[in-house]
Amino acid sequence: MTEVEPDELLDCVGLYCPQPLFQTKQAIENLEAGQILEIIADDPAAEEDLRRFCRRTGHELVSVKNFPDGVKRIRIRHKGD
Amino acid sequence: MKDIYLDYQSAKPVDPRVVEAMLPYFTEKYGNPSALHHIGDVATDALEESRKSIAKFINAEEDEIIFTSSATESINTALIGYALRNKNKGNHIIISEVEHISIHNIAKYLERMDFEVSKIPVDQYGRISLSKLERRITDKTILISVGYASNEIGTIQPIREIGKLAAEKGIAFHSDAVAAEGLVPLDVERDGIHLMSLSSNDLYGPKGVGVLYMKKKYRVNPLIIGGGQERGLRSGSEDVAGIIGMKAAAEIMQKEMPSEVKRFTGYRDRMIKQILEEIPDSYLNGHPTERLASNTHVRFEGIEGESILLSFKDKGIAISTGSACTSKTLEPSHTLIATGLLHEEAHGSLQITTGRFNTDDDIDRALEVIPEIVTRLRNLSPIYKAKTV
Repeated sequence: MTEVEPDELLDCVGLYCPQPLFQTKQAIENLEAGQILEIIADDPAAEEDLRRFCRRTGHELVSVKNFPDGVKRIRIRHKGD
Repeated sequence: MKDIYLDYQSAKPVDPRVVEAMLPYFTEKYGNPSALHHIGDVATDALEESRKSIAKFINAEEDEIIFTSSATESINTALIGYALRNKNKGNHIIISEVEHISIHNIAKYLERMDFEVSKIPVDQYGRISLSKLERRITDKTILISVGYASNEIGTIQPIREIGKLAAEKGIAFHSDAVAAEGLVPLDVERDGIHLMSLSSNDLYGPKGVGVLYMKKKYRVNPLIIGGGQERGLRSGSEDVAGIIGMKAAAEIMQKEMPSEVKRFTGYRDRMIKQILEEIPDSYLNGHPTERLASNTHVRFEGIEGESILLSFKDKGIAISTGSACTSKTLEPSHTLIATGLLHEEAHGSLQITTGRFNTDDDIDRALEVIPEIVTRLRNLSPIYKAKTV
């Protein structure tokens, strides 16, 4: 089965804290309820920051995929209003 | 209503006397210090006079001063440049958990380049322990970097003792002195510092200028390659006007620091005493005595940083809740977490930093407004319950 394409892709590779979190916050606010944002990041703190962001804001952390080069692909679903 | 500025740690206005000193260098004395003609000579003299002044300000030699574009650039050159230059000696670097975010991010970058980074924990006041630092040192350790004082909670580190330990072990010692400059007399010889980063704006000079102090015989690889300015360590034509601004700022600071520090200490001690006495369930963050004269950092149980900020905005008071770079994302500061606070405790913190142009009236106004805001927010808070005696 092929994976569903995310509605928006945010490339944060090479960027450090707090940029992945800050840019995610802006990007998810531009999406609508149920839409999916995929963040690509290689700052080791990005996953924890985004998990905490989701807990605080109510957006759903859908999946985290780790790649051998340290890059993570993190998907977040917009919670709606 | 007059705006009140109590966020001097994040940015300072340029002193009008500094602006005055800079102006001729934009239009009349515009030469390039690298040029050999008489117009260039004027710029060369200005640059070298500035180097002398900054050296004097930190008790260094003039050829140990490298002008950069910011303290962040200086820190990058000190850490990455030193690590790359000395990787044949070892690949281990030690920093503290309460460094400025720029150092934490550089540490991540170095880890990707196969350096190992250890972070020394701090006590409840944000001070590192020397014995813990010593235990982290290995035969691969090439560099220790500990900030002179915390830019957030204002705790001053035992710098002289760290310098002594680094010298005993033959390890280079870098200190980010941005938060401390202008508030603590800096002396690289007394403190045993080999590399030190400074910014111009923290002395009330223009933004966009920084300094890297590098002790003789210490070597770094340059990060910016070009025409070989700053002895090849930082290429790019020097910002002579900006550098003259930093010189003027350092000279004013050298004269005025003792009386300023006394004045800020008065503000700080008054604020801490009155806030802790008047507001129940309020606590001081950072060290009770080993702290910067300008820094008051308090936390209030049951209050969110964001709501405090908005309330102060309404009253025309510019104030901060934590580290400036994390306040945009509303994540609690790593420094407060390192001192052992829980996330919700760190969220209810307020950072007040005073500076040159504050007056007693500003402090009066802040002390009038803070209890009002805390009481109002607590009345609205679903989580705050006053402790009954």
